[in-house]
Order: sequence, then C-alpha cells, then structure tokens
Amino acid sequence: MSIAGSNLASARSSSRSATQFDRLSFNWVIGGIAAFSLLLLTLPTLIVLIASFSSAQTLRFPPPGFSLQWYSALFSYPELWTAAVTSFQVALWATVLCVVLGVCASLAMAGSRARWVAAMDALVMSPLALPGIAVGLGMLTFFSMIGWRLSILTLVISHVVICIPYVVRTTLASLTQLGSSLREASTVLGAGSIYTFFHVTLPLIKQGVITGAFMAFLSSFDNITVSLFLSDSRTEVLPIRMWSMIENDLDVRAAAISGLLILSTALLMIFMERVSGLSKFLVKS
Amino acid sequence: MNVAKLFKPREGQLALPLALFLHLFYVVPLAVLLASSFQQAAGVPGFTLGQYGEFFQDSVNVKVLRDTVFLGIQVTIACLILGYPVAYVFANAPAAWKGILTFLILLPLLTSAVVRTFGWVVILGKQGLVNTFLQNLGLIGEPIKLLFTHHGVAIAMTQIQLPLMILPIVASLSQVDSRLSAASESLGGGAWRTFWKIIFPLTLPGVISGCLLVFAITVSSFVTPSIIGGGQVMYMPTLIYQQAVVLLNGPFAAAVSAILLAVVLLVVVGLSALGQRSRAYIR
Repeated sequence: MSIAGSNLASARSSSRSATQFDRLSFNWVIGGIAAFSLLLLTLPTLIVLIASFSSAQTLRFPPPGFSLQWYSALFSYPELWTAAVTSFQVALWATVLCVVLGVCASLAMAGSRARWVAAMDALVMSPLALPGIAVGLGMLTFFSMIGWRLSILTLVISHVVICIPYVVRTTLASLTQLGSSLREASTVLGAGSIYTFFHVTLPLIKQGVITGAFMAFLSSFDNITVSLFLSDSRTEVLPIRMWSMIENDLDVRAAAISGLLILSTALLMIFMERVSGLSKFLVKS
Repeated sequence: MNVAKLFKPREGQLALPLALFLHLFYVVPLAVLLASSFQQAAGVPGFTLGQYGEFFQDSVNVKVLRDTVFLGIQVTIACLILGYPVAYVFANAPAAWKGILTFLILLPLLTSAVVRTFGWVVILGKQGLVNTFLQNLGLIGEPIKLLFTHHGVAIAMTQIQLPLMILPIVASLSQVDSRLSAASESLGGGAWRTFWKIIFPLTLPGVISGCLLVFAITVSSFVTPSIIGGGQVMYMPTLIYQQAVVLLNGPFAAAVSAILLAVVLLVVVGLSALGQRSRAYIR
C-alpha cells in the first residue's frame, strides 16, 4: 500500500517536473530570443551615438578616444544645413497638406459604409506597400511629360502621396472609436456641421490627428526613394546628402549628424508620447 | 449647394479632394510609368514588349530579381523568428515594463533609415565592431568581409524591418483571450503545446500582416541595399535607380519597376487573401 502510494507520488512529481521543464524551456527560449532581438534593435543606434563622439579620423569601432570634433565639424558644412532646412520645409508643407486632405477624407470615410470606402482605403494605404522607387520614377516621368519643372512644389506633392497613409490611418482609428452619436447629438441640438467639427469632433480626435501628423512628418523627413528622382541640386534634402556622404567616402561627419538625428527623434518621441499617446496608436492599430 | 453641406460627413464629398489628388499625382504617374515601359526608347511612340524581353534574356537581371525575392523571403522569416518572441514578451509584460519596451521597439522604427544603415556600416566594416571583437578573441587573423555582401544586407535589413513585424503581432496578441491559455494549461496542455495549438493560430492575422509589410518594404528598399551592398550585390531598386539616373535608360527602368510592382502586388494580394481567411477562421 505504502509502496503503491509512493509510486503514485513519484509519478505525480515526475509529471509535475515535466510540466515545469516544459514551462521553463518555453520561458527561456522565448525570453532568450526576445532579449537577443531587443539587443539587436538597439545596437546600431547605440553604436552610431558612441561613434559620433570618436576622436579618430576613421570610423574605427570601438573608438580609441572621445571628443566633440565631429560635432564641431558640422558647423563648417553649410551644404548640410541647407539640405536640413529644405527637408524641414518639405516635411512641414507635406504634413500640413496631408492633415487637411487626410482629415477631410477620413471624416467622409468614417461616416459612410458605401462600397467606395473600401476602394478609397486601398488607394490611400497602397503607398505604404508599393515600391517608393517606382512611384518616384513614375512621378518624374509624369512631371516631365506635362512640363512641370522640378521644384520644392513637386517634391512636396510627392511626399504627400507617401505620407498620407499615416494621417488617414490614425484619424480613421480615432473616428471609429468615437462613433457617430456625439456628432449626431450636436447636430440634433442645432449646431451646424462646421461648428460640430471644430467644437465636438476635432477636440475628440485630436490625438489621432497629431499622431498621424507626427508620423507623416518623420517619414517625409526620412524619405529617400521618392526624393531621389524629384529633388535636384537646388532642392537637395538631408537624407540624400547623408546617403552620398556615407556611400562615397564614409565621412565621419555623418556620425555626428546621425547622432543629432537620433537624439532629436528620441526627444520628440517622448514629447509626443506625453502629448498624444503615440504608442497607443502605433502598438494597437 | 451651401458651404455647410460640404462639411456634412455623410456626403462623401469630403473625400473628393484627396481622391482627386491621389489620382492625379499617384495613379496617373504609375500608369504613365507602365506605358513608358512599352516604349522602344524614351519618347518614341509605339508598343513593344522589348524592354521586358531584354530584362528576362539577360541572366544578370534575372539574378537580380531572384536575389531580391530571396532577400525578401529571408528577411521576412528572420523577422518572424526574432520578432514574435519580442511581441509575446511585450504583450505579457507588467505595465511598468511596457513603457521602456515601447521605447526600445519604436525608437529604431522612427529613427531615419539612413542613420540605422550607417550604424550597420560601423558594425560590419573592416575596423568595425564585429571584426574587432573576433580579432581580439583570436578567432580570425584578417578582418572578414561583411560589408558589400548579401549576408550583410540581410542582417541589416532584418534589424531595420523588425519593428514592422512586432507591432501587428502585438496587436493580435492583445486580442487573444487570456482565459484560453489558462484553460489549456489547467487541462494539462504544456506551455509549448498551448503556444502552438492556441496562441500562435489565433495571432495568424497579425503574423500575416507583419510578413506582408516586411516583405513588401524589404524588396522595395533602396538605402540599405545600396549602402551595405555597395554596388557589389544588386537588388531591383538599385537596378532601377542605376538604369534611370545613371544610364538614363527610362523605358528599361520603367519595365524593371513594373516587374517589381508586379512581384509586390502578387505577394500583397496573396497574403491579404490569406489574412482574410485566417480572420474568418478565428471568428
């Protein structure tokens, strides 16, 4: 009796240890890969930050010592600042246009169940997945066909196409969450559509619009594939200048400008998280 | 029609400006591009499939196409294997950890692609992190060549696309009812079995949309392959750029673009259909 009991107990404990092993191995494998991936995700950014403070003349890593020489070298590089200003202007105008066009379209799309909404949605979202290089080449061919000279205007137009998906996606998400009852209540109480939009709808979807605008701004500021075809020497944008700095002669000054970009992106991100709950949209939508 | 009526959301007219804008500056240019791929030479009217014939007759071009698709598949699989566990850990992490994890996942996504690629140049270069590390360990004498190789491009692309895989999976995981895995485990299903039989199938929509994004963006990306590949390994976007801007061969570049567009569309449409089916299956 006691032998049978102890057998049962040992069988139970061995099955429990098998379950424990199962659980442990699962946790270790998943946790291990996740830790590796997170390291991989952060590594290049960290490396660039460290390399940008190098005292060496080449991109040796780890650097032999630290200095601010590459950051101070940026001051005597006017082409870089011109490119940065152009990029900033293009991104700003593209974002403004994206918000105006995108919010209007989202209002119409959220309020309707018609068949055109699905087609419109596919059209608006498609620049996310289609090769930007083909879109850029197509636009260049198109603009030269209708005789438009390349300028900051053509650059802004092309960036609106590339950046519009972000604004529409986050604004639509906010509108869907909001529902139509509040808007209807406002209309029933006698408010006009414009009044309802500015006093009821817009304040409630503000976070979605701001997040979309932020993403649109960043992706315009970062875009290369479309700008390759649509920017010329007068409208050179920052990423293209950096690309040629890195591709042609591995200029160490590229590390310093990269360092500045990383720090400003990180700060902007933390700021946007406070203002509009950036991660809520990016992680959930 | 008064102005106020224009602002009535139900009218659908509010979508008109964007629809017109996108047709004029996006749909028409793509159609123009497609049309120009059937030209004999730039500006010569007529219809010919010559550019496509030229592409497929040259084994160098076919190799570029094959390498591009191969890179897309490799990076997608690597991102899935590396990204799913991050999404899983994120979805099950205590609230206090979520903030820092969000920051770690989103910062690389929002940092400029040129900057991230530049980081990989520093890591993979002759005097870079990997070579210095291996040399100090005495494992290698001469620095190994990592830049300007297909492997280098694949490694860098995997890191750059990783957040695009993680985010949709996180969204899918957050919709899985946590009572399901508790039920499975109380019925004796182990951790691995619960994962493969319950959690993973329920997150297939997220997995599929992650794969779709990663594949489409990998085969279309230009910066990372051109810098890390350095002209020695060529992919479709670099070929398009070279033909259009360096060799000024517009119609051929248009044909290469059309082929790349067709590959991307095929995969996007196929995976979207699969995603729809997996969503229907879950319901």
